[in-house]
Amino acid sequence: MRYLDEYRDGAAAQRYAETLRTIVTRPWTLMEVCGGQTHAIVRYGIDELLPSEITLIHGPGCPVCVTPVSILDRAFRLARRPDVIFTSFGDMLRVPGSADDLLRVRAEGGDVRIVYSPLDAIAIAERERDRQVVFFAVGFETTAPANAMAVQLAARKRLANFSLLVAQVRVPPALEAILAAPECRVQAFLAAGHVCTVMGTAEYAPLSRRYGVPVVVTGFEPLDLLQGVAMAVRQLEEGRADVEIQYSRVVRPEGNRVARRAVEEVFEITDREWRGLGPIAQSGFRLRDRYVEFDAERRFADDTAASHEDPDCQAGLVLQGRKRPQECPAFGGRCTPEHPLGAPMVSSEGACAAYYLYRRRLAPAGAAGTA
Amino acid sequence: MCLGIPGEILETHAGAGGLRFGTVRFGAAEREVCLEYVPEALVGDYVIVHVGLAISTLSPEDAQEVFGYLEEMQAMADLGEEMDELGRAEVP
Repeated sequence: MRYLDEYRDGAAAQRYAETLRTIVTRPWTLMEVCGGQTHAIVRYGIDELLPSEITLIHGPGCPVCVTPVSILDRAFRLARRPDVIFTSFGDMLRVPGSADDLLRVRAEGGDVRIVYSPLDAIAIAERERDRQVVFFAVGFETTAPANAMAVQLAARKRLANFSLLVAQVRVPPALEAILAAPECRVQAFLAAGHVCTVMGTAEYAPLSRRYGVPVVVTGFEPLDLLQGVAMAVRQLEEGRADVEIQYSRVVRPEGNRVARRAVEEVFEITDREWRGLGPIAQSGFRLRDRYVEFDAERRFADDTAASHEDPDCQAGLVLQGRKRPQECPAFGGRCTPEHPLGAPMVSSEGACAAYYLYRRRLAPAGAAGTA
Repeated sequence: MCLGIPGEILETHAGAGGLRFGTVRFGAAEREVCLEYVPEALVGDYVIVHVGLAISTLSPEDAQEVFGYLEEMQAMADLGEEMDELGRAEVP
């Protein structure tokens, strides 16, 4: 496919790796933020192609993984209601909460439907006016414009049977939380290309300045990732800490103004809890007052039940880049994609799933320890 | 979750809620995509599509940047080697 295949050219990737060797003079630790980038790195072996001085650690950029158990449990209670059609991206179906997942809820009679887009959930709500349609609005800034559009459409069409269970999170506050942690080893970020496609780069300049870290907005194909690494390493070697865009064919510095306007019209910034990372100030979106009638948490009364994590799951450490998946004693044993203890083992962007898929046979537990 | 796929706009039309939609080709597959957030995108342009909505128009001018940067880095590396050799040659 055009604009995909050319960025997977193996010979150019080798040349990138060789050239990188000529500019690296000492060890550097980079974090790729997005789970889609993690999967590409592990799948194509980008980390193994790099000079040994460069260590890539995997960031928290998997919305499925950071959706808190309390919201998942709430989703399961909603999905069990006979009057509700619960709609979600397919990624969420196997994600474990305290004791359930959406697949089990569906097997036990809940009307859980996979949709490709929140606009599909709107279409269901228009067709089935006597049922309540709830869309599980999980995602980073990339997905917020689509969710905003669904809410605007529901308002315009006066759909009284549509609502969102909002679990929208924002990337920059999470990066700041990582940088502020005393044990932080991250010296540069490869920022998430599609988050910045929507939001632009303005939010990253203060972070880069305050913590002295280069931020390179990077794409998702092997050559994108190699160029992103090269740009970040060049900054580090030259003692610079700037915000640069590698993924310039898609990302503009100002982002997508039309999409951002829609997000700002529908959502406002709020504190959110991240699974594995804990509460982070200003790290999420919630519906503005004028759209509060579309908030599933307001529409449906709920008895808040206590939520809990499996005590053996180390997803939090993996999401913060402090542990690699194979260092978890449960990896590949008690925890597999069929029987996951935590979300990163089932999400298509989860680091544990990437290592289980592509590295299980190569790396015995602990073999690829963190530096 | 943040997956975005490049595809080519084949035609545009008014869709649900009066919004701008289009048929977008991804390799052999075609899909209806909401184009409301890319008002500048025309038939023949490539857009990045995420959960059924285009979020950016691909810039063909910038699409080769990944290769240009590689050439630039290699040229710098070659120059560095030449300078090293010159440096060594001057040592008596």
